[in-house]
This record gives sequence, C-alpha cells and structure tokens, in this order.
Amino acid sequence: MLRLEKLVKRYRTGDLALTGIDLEVPGGQVMALIGPSGAGKSTLIRCVNRLVEPTSGRVFLGDTEITGLSKGQLRLARRRMGMIFQEYALVERLTVMENVLSGRLGYTGFWRSYFRKFPQRDINEAFRLLERVSLDHMADKRADELSGGQRQRVGIARALIQEPELLLVDEPTASLDPKTSRQIMRLICELCEERELAAIINIHDVLLAEMFAERIVGLQAGTIVYDGPPDRLGPDVLTTIYGEEDWTATIDKVDEDELTEEELRERERLMSRAS
Amino acid sequence: MNGAPVDRHWRRPPFIANPLLRWSLFVGAGVYLALAFGTIDVDWPRIADGVPRGQRFIASFFPPDFTSRAGEIFEGIYESLWMTVTSTVVGIALSIPVGLGAARNLSPRVVYLACRAIVAVSRTFPEVILAIFFVKLFGFGPFAGFLALSLATVGFYGKLLAEDIEDMDPVQAEAVRATGASWWQWLVYAVLPQVLPRMIGLGLYRFDINFRESAVVGIVGGGGIGATLLTAFDRYEFDSAAAILLIIIGIVMAVEYTSGFVRKWVQ
Repeated sequence: MLRLEKLVKRYRTGDLALTGIDLEVPGGQVMALIGPSGAGKSTLIRCVNRLVEPTSGRVFLGDTEITGLSKGQLRLARRRMGMIFQEYALVERLTVMENVLSGRLGYTGFWRSYFRKFPQRDINEAFRLLERVSLDHMADKRADELSGGQRQRVGIARALIQEPELLLVDEPTASLDPKTSRQIMRLICELCEERELAAIINIHDVLLAEMFAERIVGLQAGTIVYDGPPDRLGPDVLTTIYGEEDWTATIDKVDEDELTEEELRERERLMSRAS
Repeated sequence: MNGAPVDRHWRRPPFIANPLLRWSLFVGAGVYLALAFGTIDVDWPRIADGVPRGQRFIASFFPPDFTSRAGEIFEGIYESLWMTVTSTVVGIALSIPVGLGAARNLSPRVVYLACRAIVAVSRTFPEVILAIFFVKLFGFGPFAGFLALSLATVGFYGKLLAEDIEDMDPVQAEAVRATGASWWQWLVYAVLPQVLPRMIGLGLYRFDINFRESAVVGIVGGGGIGATLLTAFDRYEFDSAAAILLIIIGIVMAVEYTSGFVRKWVQ
C-alpha cells in the first residue's frame, strides 16, 4: 500500500531528520510510530504527502510514486491520504461543517467551494460522519467553540470525508486528557477497521501505542530501531529507542478507573511482561 | 562540608552585557538629550505676545456658523465622503494582490520583493505630496484627491495585510493544504478566515484616515471639504471654518464608534 525507499530528509539548517528510511505499510494495517521528540516522526509522515519535501528517496502510494509527481498530480494524490493533526489544526473561524467539507476541496471546483455549494452527496456524507463521531448537533458551531476531544473528532471527520486509503496521524492525543486520548485512539482504530484503512500514527505515549496498534515502529535520530508487534516491546527495546529509563513507571501512570475491561486485560499483559 | 550554607550571589543579567558599551550608551544618550533640550530656542517675550493673539484667534471661531455657508459646506462634505468611499474601496481592492504578494510565506522571492517595493514607495510619500503630484497631473478637483488617497491606502493596507498573513497559524494552513486543495481554495479556506476579521477592522480604520486626509488633500487642491475649509480661512470666515471643523470631528467620531462596534462583532 505505502512504501518508503531510502527516504532521506535533510533540513536547510543541515539537520538530518531522516537517514534513509525503508518502510512498507500493507493495506488495512494500523502502525504506530514511536520515538523521542525530534526523532523525525513528524517529518516522516509529512514526507509521505510532501508537506515536507524529502531530500532523496522515494515514496509509493499503491502504484503511484508520490515523490515524482508534479504539483497538480500531487494535489490529486493528497486526496488519497487523510491527515489528522496534533492540536487538531481546524480552521478556527470556520464552522464545524465547513471544516469537515474542507476535506472535499480536492474534489470540488473553486467557485463551488467558494460559495459553499458542495454536492449533496458530500453534504450527506459529512452529516453521516459527524453522526459517527457524535457531533451532528454541532454542525453550525464555530470550531473554536468546541472542546479538545470534540475538535479532534471534527479533524477525524475531515480526514475521512476525503475517502482516503491511508491515514497520516500526527500525535492525535498530545493535547488531550488520558480518557479522551483513549477514546480518540479507539475511534481512529475502529474507523480504520470499518473502512479497511491503513494508518501511520505518530504517538509519544508508548502505552497507547501498544494498546491500539498492531505494529510498532520505533524511530530514533531518523533511523528505524524497532519494527515489530507491540508485545515484543520490552524495557530493553524502549531503552534503545528513548535511552535509559525505568520503564515500569510508564505503566503505573494509567488511572485504573478510566480503563475499560479490554484495556485492563491489556494492562495486565504489559505488567506481567515488565516484571 | 559543614556549617551554614554559603550565600550564592544572584543578579538579573543586564540587557547589554558589555559594561563599557552599556555605560557609554547611557552617558552618550544623557549628553545628547541635555544638549538637545539646551538648544531649543524659546522666545519668551514672543510667547507672552502670542497668548492674546491666540485667544483672539480661538474666540473668532465662536459661535460656529453652520448656516451662512451651508450649501458649500454640504457640497464639500458630500465630495469628501465620496472621495473617502471610492478611494477606500479602490485602494483596498488594489492592495489585496499587493498584500498577498508581499507576504513572505505565500510568494516567491521575486514577487515578494516587488510587492514590498510597491508598499515602501507608497508609504514613503505622505498623502499631501501625492495629492500635489496628482493635482499637477490631472488638475484641481476631487479626482486628484481620490487618486492620492487610493495610492496611500495601497501602502497602508497592503503592508498590514501582508503582515497579518505572515502571522497566521501555519498548522491550520497546512491542514487545508493536506486535503488536496488548490492554491485558491487554500487561500479561501485557510488564509481568509484567519485574516478577515482584522482586515475588516483595518478597512474601517483606513476609511477613518481617508476621511481625515481628504480634508488635508483638499487644501492643496484635491477637492472636498478641505477646499471649503481653505476658502473659509482665506475669507477670514473663522466661524464657518469652526462649523466645518466640528462637522469633521463629528464624522470622525461616528466612524470610530462604528468601527469599534463592527470589529467586536466580526471577531
């Protein structure tokens, strides 16, 4: 589905953010990308849709080589990749509905979008998605009136209305409380399953990554240092990714009251592994 | 390793680290100010003389006479308002492309430099100078004033629009770009909502400035209430001039109040 070949990004300041990444994400797979701040997680997913131009290497989405596309072709390719952001990145002075419909801009002509005359089909789909994320009653609220969790759900709806094949998710829970974080992660993963979407989720919360992703990739200083299932992610691996630390503490942080049955089982599994 | 802990000294680091530079700047500024104030030439007897003259001048404004030149005053105000509305609209319309071009995060370097140059040139010349130039070019009358105010608006509004665009939240802009939006769609969906409220407020502010400047522009031949005001002074009709000034003050205050209200409403 998505394939990165020897992807290198060197910023103009000379910082080498990615040092030749080879990575393949098959269709329908939810992959968590973990690593310390500055490891290159954000750069990596932004190189996929070329919000950041890679210095060298190639990116394939299906059969399309993203890295070789002209501006116009890139626009068409971006429709196939929905992006969800840290801090939500909603356009604050637009309404919830306008924010969701902005996910259809790549499919809509300029004047239609200027006058907000989106096809009825898009409007139906927007309402259906808002209903799915339980926000259909908020359609005409301005985005800056919403709480953090609500905003992120609008962000998710905006990404999904693109009818993407791949979700690029950048720290979706970084500014949310632990409970909302879980709800958002669960929602993203459920939606990926419903629509058979592949996803790359940048996340610095290791525990959340282990709970929700089927595959974990650890990035350290622009290099992949771990690639495997969540249950092989022991303290030794975490140390190679993040450096020396007492990793049992990561597990103790979780508040038990907020966990569902499933999460509690997950947690027991982690505890037994840590000890 | 025993006994009372040693006091550690702390002071806020000075703004200029080099003490020599710091003190020479202080002393230099002090000496300059002392000399500058020392050389202000105050002619005390002339001031004493001037006070009654000033009083007579002010007194001749009262009572303001709204009626005997009502026709001319109305025509002047009407012309000034016409000049203000048209020059604000045309000036803002012209400054939108200039402002977009002068925003570093939007435009390629060549366009950026060209648009910044337009803004700089337009800002260098005050309205009066522009008005004198256009009066020479197109003759007396409000058309010259209209052109002068339009051009001045381009510099003012273009610069502020560019700066507002440069200050926008890049993440919101990035999110809209990631959906596959075209450049124009991106402008409408990501940039416009972020800058619009401030630009509406600044548009009203510029309307206010253009109205006040229309009086100044009129004095050099650009038509409008300025011309009426000048005529009143030339004829020593200070009571009519007072009426005109009061009307200008009234209109400026009305615009100011309205713009404050509108700005609160669009936020």
